[in-house]
Amino acid sequence: MPNVPRTVPEKPKNRKKVLTRLWRYLYQYKWHLLAALLLTFSSNLLALIGPTLSGRAIDAIGVKAGGVDFQTVIFYCILMIIFYALSSLLSYILSVLMIHLSQKVVYQMREDVFHRLSLLPIRYFDSHQTGDIVSRISYDIDTVNASLSNDLLQIATSVITVGGSLLMMLMLSPPLVLVFAVTIPISIFFTRYMTQKVRPLFRNRSIKLGELNGFVEEVITGQKTTKAYHQEETMIRRFDRKNKEAVDAYYNADYYGSMTGPCVNFINNLSLALISMFGALLFLFGKLSLGNLSSFVLYSRKFSGPINEIANIISELQSACAAAERVFRLIDEPTEPEDMPDAVSLDSVHGHIAMEHVKFGYDPGKTIIHDLNLDARPGSLVAIVGPTGAGKTTIINLLMRFYDPDSGSICLDSHPIQTITRKSLRLAYAMVLQDTWLFHGTIFENIAYGKKGATLDEVIAVAKAAKIHDYIRRLPEGYDTILNEDGMNISQGQKQLLTIARAMLLDANMLILDEATSNVDTRTEIQIQEAMRALMRGKTCFVIAHRLSTIQNADTILVVQNGEIMEQGSHQDLMLRGGLYAGLYRSQFQ
Amino acid sequence: MRTIFRYLKPYVPRMSLGLFIKFIGTIMDLLLPWILSYMIDDVVPQERISLILLWGGVMLLCSAAAVITNIVANRMASWVAQHTTEAIRHDLFTRISYLSCKQIDDFTIPSLESRLTTDTYNLHQMIGMMQRLGVRAPILLLGGILVTLTLEPVLSLVLLAVLPLIGLLVFAVSRKGIPLYGNLQQGIDSMVRTVRENIAGIRVIKALSKTEYEQNRFSHVNEEVVRREKKAGITMALTNPLMNLFLNIGLTMVILVGAWRVNAGLTQPGKILAFLTYFTIILNAMLSITRMFVMYSKGSASASRIHEVLSTPADLAVLEVPGAASDSHIEFQHVCFSYQKKEDTLYDINFRLKRGETLGIIGATGCGKSTLIALLMRLYDRDSGEIRIDGQPVESIPPHELHTKFGVVFQNDVLFADTIAANIDFGRELGQEAIEKAAACAQAKEFIDALPDGFSHRLTAKGTNVSGGQKQRLLIARALAGNPEILILDDSSSALDYKTDSLLRRALRSQYAKTTTIIVAQRISSILHADHILVLEDGKEIGYGTHEELLETCNIYREISISQMGGDLSA
Repeated sequence: MPNVPRTVPEKPKNRKKVLTRLWRYLYQYKWHLLAALLLTFSSNLLALIGPTLSGRAIDAIGVKAGGVDFQTVIFYCILMIIFYALSSLLSYILSVLMIHLSQKVVYQMREDVFHRLSLLPIRYFDSHQTGDIVSRISYDIDTVNASLSNDLLQIATSVITVGGSLLMMLMLSPPLVLVFAVTIPISIFFTRYMTQKVRPLFRNRSIKLGELNGFVEEVITGQKTTKAYHQEETMIRRFDRKNKEAVDAYYNADYYGSMTGPCVNFINNLSLALISMFGALLFLFGKLSLGNLSSFVLYSRKFSGPINEIANIISELQSACAAAERVFRLIDEPTEPEDMPDAVSLDSVHGHIAMEHVKFGYDPGKTIIHDLNLDARPGSLVAIVGPTGAGKTTIINLLMRFYDPDSGSICLDSHPIQTITRKSLRLAYAMVLQDTWLFHGTIFENIAYGKKGATLDEVIAVAKAAKIHDYIRRLPEGYDTILNEDGMNISQGQKQLLTIARAMLLDANMLILDEATSNVDTRTEIQIQEAMRALMRGKTCFVIAHRLSTIQNADTILVVQNGEIMEQGSHQDLMLRGGLYAGLYRSQFQ
Repeated sequence: MRTIFRYLKPYVPRMSLGLFIKFIGTIMDLLLPWILSYMIDDVVPQERISLILLWGGVMLLCSAAAVITNIVANRMASWVAQHTTEAIRHDLFTRISYLSCKQIDDFTIPSLESRLTTDTYNLHQMIGMMQRLGVRAPILLLGGILVTLTLEPVLSLVLLAVLPLIGLLVFAVSRKGIPLYGNLQQGIDSMVRTVRENIAGIRVIKALSKTEYEQNRFSHVNEEVVRREKKAGITMALTNPLMNLFLNIGLTMVILVGAWRVNAGLTQPGKILAFLTYFTIILNAMLSITRMFVMYSKGSASASRIHEVLSTPADLAVLEVPGAASDSHIEFQHVCFSYQKKEDTLYDINFRLKRGETLGIIGATGCGKSTLIALLMRLYDRDSGEIRIDGQPVESIPPHELHTKFGVVFQNDVLFADTIAANIDFGRELGQEAIEKAAACAQAKEFIDALPDGFSHRLTAKGTNVSGGQKQRLLIARALAGNPEILILDDSSSALDYKTDSLLRRALRSQYAKTTTIIVAQRISSILHADHILVLEDGKEIGYGTHEELLETCNIYREISISQMGGDLSA
């Protein structure tokens, strides 16, 4: 979503645990951390000494003309410049150090998340939204990052500044410090008031803006439909409502939010007024030198700044904790179970699949495959038919062990598939799916993806067989053309041909075709039939198809409906039975 | 920016009042250090406690006045920003709603979206901030300089010497830094893309055991992001320490020069003290002004993007073209069209339909089927030829009248986050009866009734909580509900199984017999009963006739039929 102000996240549930884990990431770089602390300390200390030095200089100037002690003034001025320069230098080094430190942590976190992600079972991806996973690896980790690099330092700086200024002011004039007995409670009260009052308002602002964004996305995407039904007015009315809500929420947040600046300013001014008044009195009674008063004024400015900052930092830390918790929750997701210790790695596969009494459901208690028996001899063709969303893909999920059955057994070449390493089991299949998957890379890389060290000649050979070579050759960069999601003029059908070429390059003995040619137009489909046949020859094939004509010669046809296998048999058997399949087949021609 | 000023115009009196109040508040802020210096240099030597208390009281009053006026002014500014933004957004959305499809294609949908959201949001922020800081910062800066000049001209010059340095620094660093952040954003984009790719392709990756390969690929992207972020961060990190350094050097110089001046009797130490406070104020004002510049440049970029849309001239004007009486309901004559005005998307299309007839259009992906529909509905203007409805050229029919003739389901059409009834009704206030009748005919009633809350079931955005087939049935119901003269189904039964598809066709024949229907399909079975079938290839008409005629005359049609229906070619 474009540039939505960050939402205020929910409070983390077990903050302590999260903090300990965050600390463990940091602890790996403990020397960095120690150095950073030292630097913070010294650079702030140097900066704190500045006002004292300027006070001394002003004292050396004195109040009377002609009485200036130049040597002392110059001495303190030079000292001031040296101190300030050192302080700036240190704080720059510190920033650089912190950037290195936080980037190291962030790098490690992203690696950990991605590493875990690639080991998670398919179930995880089927049940979580892509946007959510992506936001954890980008947005959430960024939040942690921002908090690490800014807030930690801010806290250290604030503590040192507040403590140091207080100490300095106490040394300068204890009675004058009493001024803060008035202003600090005001600050604290104000901060608490603001956080309680304003935070929900800001949250509401983000929510309303998010809703507006969602509405706009929805309507603009569907603008053709709106036009076709001439409903522009209706949409504008609805938009106005959303718009009003959004600007109102913004105003409400602003109404209180815009108090912050003036109020902080007021507290500062109040301190200044009180200090001036009492300082002048003290000066009058000879309890305070002019230079000390000046130092005191400068310290007081330093002192009240961070107190207001702290409220912000605390809320930022809270959101960082919540973000870190989301990241850790992903890292803690259980992976696919390990292969059995004595799992075999099959080198050559005949392709004999036997399913016996397989029972399976995605959710416990909702069984969708009750008792599936299937014997697919090497080189046979098994077709799975049924309406969209009927659960045809479930069988594929079980074959490739993306999911494990609840009971029953699946054997490959009479090895139960649980006793085979996942790697060798999955490599025994070549597959072409309906959702073509191509990644950001060259056409060559995309076709050669499944076969290590494939040569250009091999790739060209399969591209020719898949009838996509001519198209590729006509591209200015040929096989080095980089595929990207938006720019290229590549159709769904062409994408599917590329994935067919990819499957052709694998020397697997079993083949899964899940609506492999659904987006290829009929004429091209006829043209690549030859290649498809060559691809299927001698392999055990599992084919999911919409068009019944393509699978009439299958050895076994499974008819699936509502996730259940309703019928099983050859085309002739099923037509004779006159059941669901026969009905589906006939309805094609009605 | 001029567009924005036009929107601000009605609020000028209110804004002026707000700015005036702000002005007073700012002056109060400026008075404080001046009073401090006056107290030390003039009041204290008089040694009268009551006077000190008096002036201290004045300072307190000034502080209170400052906080009240500033808050009031800020709220007025927020009010103006709120109303301006609301108006701008309304106009922008209205304009976008009436853009022609071609104009939308030119802008692109994501770009329009971000103009409506991010850009108006930037404007909102800018209008508020400019009113708050636009007065305050310059006054603090100028006023600060002015007061210091009256206090002590020579010391002021010392101070003024530092300011350009700070300005230069901020300018130089941000000029270097901002492109670096652009780079970083690209790096992050490619990281996110890698993650998305992996999630989308998880089955393929696992099937081919490429997990390790993907992990390495991610590491590279990750390293690149870290490298860019470090570079940008380290560059920008220069600003603060350097700025502090400049400021503090200036401060030291004030004291040093001040020492000479005091020695020569030209100034008093109280003034130096006040100076130090003004210095902080001036520096903060400088910071605000740099922030305003960033804000302004962001805002004016957004403003010009918004202006671009608002100033787009209306397209597809209604032309006064005389019609001719005709017995055809829909008529295409020698129609040619191309999107980019280079290669023809459609070339020389001809057909005629009588009222109540059905036309089937079939052809490969990208052959121009959907374009033909868009031309008929005048979402685009054809380049040459004639398109007529009831003898009237479509260009001469007002859009409202034209579009209410149609009920249409586009390829990949959308459902909105609303109830099922509202999605079928789609703002036309058709009444429950019409909605239910349409749902029944579209074969959707059965599954709707099975839902716990029936027609008031809420759909999620894009209808992700219903299956593909259910979605298509709802869309068809929407198209039928208005009892259209012309029904268009563009590849909108692809997710229906054969049985539902044939039930739908039967219902259409019996209940919507007077409706002229155009069906675009990939499946022969969806169109083989049509009165006319148009076969398209690469935008050209390569066959026109009935199923039986085409089997005789059109080779490609025959090939497709054989491949989809086996040898059984009888209808």
